[in-house]
Amino acid sequence: MATTTYREAMREAMRDAMRRDERVFLMGEDVGAYGGCFAVSLGLLEEFGPERVRDTPLSESAFVGAGIGAALGGMRPIVEIMTVNFSLLALDQIVNNAATLLHMSGGQCNVPIVIRMTTGAGRQLAAQHSHSLEGWYAHVPGLRILTPATVDDARWMLWTALEDPDPVLMFEHGGLYGMEGELDEALGPVDITRAAVRRRGADVSVITYGGTLPVATAAAEELAARGVDAEVIDLRTLRPLDDETILSSVARTHRAVVVDEGWRTGSISAEISARITEAAFYDLDAPVSRVCSAEVPMPYARHLEEAALPRVPDVLRAVEEMGLGG
Amino acid sequence: MTGLDGAHATHLLEQMLRVRRMEERCAELYTQTKIRGFLHLYVGEEAVAAGILENLGPDDAVVATYREHGHALLKGTPMTAILAEMYGVAEGCSGGRGGSMHLFDAANRVYGGNAIVGGGLPVAVGLALADKLAGRDRVTACFFGEGAVAEGEFHESMNLAALWDLPVLFCCENNLYAMGTALARSESQTDVAIKAAAYEIPSWPVDGMDVLAVDHAAARAVDAVRNGGGPHFLELRTYRFRAHSMFDAERYRDKAEVRTWRERDPIDLLADRLRQEGLLDDAGLADIEARVAAEVDGAVAFAEAGTLEPVETLTRFVTSEPHAGREVR
Repeated sequence: MATTTYREAMREAMRDAMRRDERVFLMGEDVGAYGGCFAVSLGLLEEFGPERVRDTPLSESAFVGAGIGAALGGMRPIVEIMTVNFSLLALDQIVNNAATLLHMSGGQCNVPIVIRMTTGAGRQLAAQHSHSLEGWYAHVPGLRILTPATVDDARWMLWTALEDPDPVLMFEHGGLYGMEGELDEALGPVDITRAAVRRRGADVSVITYGGTLPVATAAAEELAARGVDAEVIDLRTLRPLDDETILSSVARTHRAVVVDEGWRTGSISAEISARITEAAFYDLDAPVSRVCSAEVPMPYARHLEEAALPRVPDVLRAVEEMGLGG
Repeated sequence: MTGLDGAHATHLLEQMLRVRRMEERCAELYTQTKIRGFLHLYVGEEAVAAGILENLGPDDAVVATYREHGHALLKGTPMTAILAEMYGVAEGCSGGRGGSMHLFDAANRVYGGNAIVGGGLPVAVGLALADKLAGRDRVTACFFGEGAVAEGEFHESMNLAALWDLPVLFCCENNLYAMGTALARSESQTDVAIKAAAYEIPSWPVDGMDVLAVDHAAARAVDAVRNGGGPHFLELRTYRFRAHSMFDAERYRDKAEVRTWRERDPIDLLADRLRQEGLLDDAGLADIEARVAAEVDGAVAFAEAGTLEPVETLTRFVTSEPHAGREVR
């Protein structure tokens, strides 16, 4: 065990991947000379050179599409997009090509690409750098959606993702990069199909992922002080969803709160809520509750942004409304 | 004239005829509802695919558009598998999941069949990037229409290919209409080759109705690309004789214009020249037509005998084989 940051863990994951497999290369805007917009790739250019740590022009569609083509051509590209908002410029390539080629070709054309991008708010970056659109991508068959929320997952999910023969999108919440944690240096490639129970509890299942895992965990601590034993589930993968872990938890706790930084309408939280209602309705002692971002483009002013985001008091309130810990 | 290689030219004629006769049959089969969905025919443009693909080898790659039957066929995809794909049967080159617009054949390095205008260009750039990174001397030929030059992906891809000096041959099939929108109604600069030149890509226009001219230009361009000359761009000036798809009232162009272009039918142009030079006679042409007709008949019979993919396999190929799940720790 060693203390590290999420950012350093992600960097180490890429360094490790490029050392291990010469087919792996990184490309994106300012990943090289600048060291990465969020300094995730700092130092990699010096170690691997400009062919494998490849700065791109501001051409999201072309360099994501080029990643897809390179994957078809036998490489294992890691493509970095600065933020999920910018990924919309590459939506054609991600949705119309990466997600479809295997099926459309009758199983002939695998696209083993990993596309990493920052997501989420909390840094006063306003409405074009702060949204959480990973739930959108989770709508699309053919994509695997990962949301590492711990230093271990930041360090070890990439390995498994690069072994996946199909396209994988990794969403890194911008608020997590500076987070410190204990890294298990011997862990190795981790499962990217299952959710993880981060805190065991008996009274309510708090289901979340990515940037709101710390929120859910802090809320669980506060609830413990009030005598409510909350279970915290880190989804880790938004597509495919790990129904088994979600449903078995709800079967024990009989209550579920979904915490999602995405907007409520048409969200991944809506999907999770629907699945619980469809499959575990009679296990529930209370309606499924959701804590999501306010339905506004993210505002700049700190107090407004804070008010828009799912925070600990919102989770506590949702649990109280279920008749617990009030 | 001198210097015409009769055997080579006759081979090109046969290649064009294979595409033409296959697609004429496709049109019939469409009216018989054997083929459904959108069907975009290449009739009139055959010299482009025939001339370019003549210069590619088995290891070279092709990325094409939704008007790609000829490209797949001439890259080596069997006509049987192409017809079967249009029939939507399991024996199709995409297993019946792609259809006319999405012919794939990984063994022959045919990477679609892309039905998003401009969407294939970045993929072609990436295939070429993989070759460059791996030190292979393969060429990726990317076909797209002049309509694609209005897309951002066109410009982004030109820039990336040139910036990274990648082995791509861009083949702009300029048939003057983006579906029904004439080039002059959609572009402030209608000289397409100039757009590529702006990215420092060697580019030049080619008479796309003259297969020998296309063949000659492609030989030169492919050779340059393969030998480290970076991306090259050919603007192939051609014309679509038939409707954009199968339903098209053709309100956007004059019948006289179509007639004028039909006078330069690439197949007739070459056949006439071969006759003039004494390199082809009626019997020779009849032999070619008979071979092609037999191939088309065989392909249709193959497709007719095709089997439907079981519905139980509906969700197959959305992702690859189940993931070798590891423990979450």
